[in-house]
Amino acid sequence: MVKWSDFERAAIQDIFSKIDYDVVGRAAFSRCLIVYPWTQRYFGSFGNLYNAAAITSNPKVAAHGKVIMAGLEKALKNMDDIKTTYKDLSVLHSEKLQVDPDNFNVKLFSFYCLTIVVAGQMGAAFTPEVQGAFQKFLAVVVASLRKQYY
Amino acid sequence: MVKWTEEERRIIRGVWEKVDIDEIGEELWARALIVYPWIDRYFGSFGDIFTTTAILKNPKLAALGKVVLSALDTAVKNMDNFKALYAPLSRQHYEKIKVDPDNFRLLAECITITIACKLRAELNPQVQATWQKFLSAVVEAMNSQYK
Repeated sequence: MVKWSDFERAAIQDIFSKIDYDVVGRAAFSRCLIVYPWTQRYFGSFGNLYNAAAITSNPKVAAHGKVIMAGLEKALKNMDDIKTTYKDLSVLHSEKLQVDPDNFNVKLFSFYCLTIVVAGQMGAAFTPEVQGAFQKFLAVVVASLRKQYY
Repeated sequence: MVKWTEEERRIIRGVWEKVDIDEIGEELWARALIVYPWIDRYFGSFGDIFTTTAILKNPKLAALGKVVLSALDTAVKNMDNFKALYAPLSRQHYEKIKVDPDNFRLLAECITITIACKLRAELNPQVQATWQKFLSAVVEAMNSQYK
């Protein structure tokens, strides 16, 4: 099981305590759709995603940003067993939604964009060590989401 | 070579103008070495590079940071043909320094995150998308001489 240092736990809790989930969720997910436009293929029912302005003001995008953040909060509250916590979520993404697991990669998708949004919010407080802890957390989340794919 | 619209050129120059080469040069190594610690295998002769404090005081890393950002400056000033200009750099990293090319992408991400911390809301989604398109082209140019 993943081991967290005291610093890592504190840094990750601190980040989540400081961010507005609605604002950050919407911002990160919007960026994902704008910067990696092929991810839009999973959101055909979301209506107008034709340009950056449409995406950032789309209410379904905002709602889904909230869903993602709620998922991350579950991981935050169960940091010592994210794998089990995410079992159903992983099955959902592989069997029902059929998301290409490459999209969960930290270098793509909402999680890299989330890192950029958090960095922009925190400024200098997003030190290299804090970045390291946050990226480790997201990497564990990604691994747990991929766990049920076969 | 990648095609750039006028808007994209303007955005990339706009981001680059705000970059202080000395400041960002040091910070990007701090992020790279702390977040991706295996990178330190390339810096055996650089002395103490194991904490953020040591990294930010390390003169060899500061100098290398300047070198990296000067190369980026070359790309900004030659957006239509920097792939050719980067060929000797790519060859050097492939043959002499033997850098795993995956690390170019990681360094590019560290550069973007460093810039996000500085520019904050100014690095909006459109600017992020354009800046990442530029860095992807740079990473591709660095990969060009790898077999």
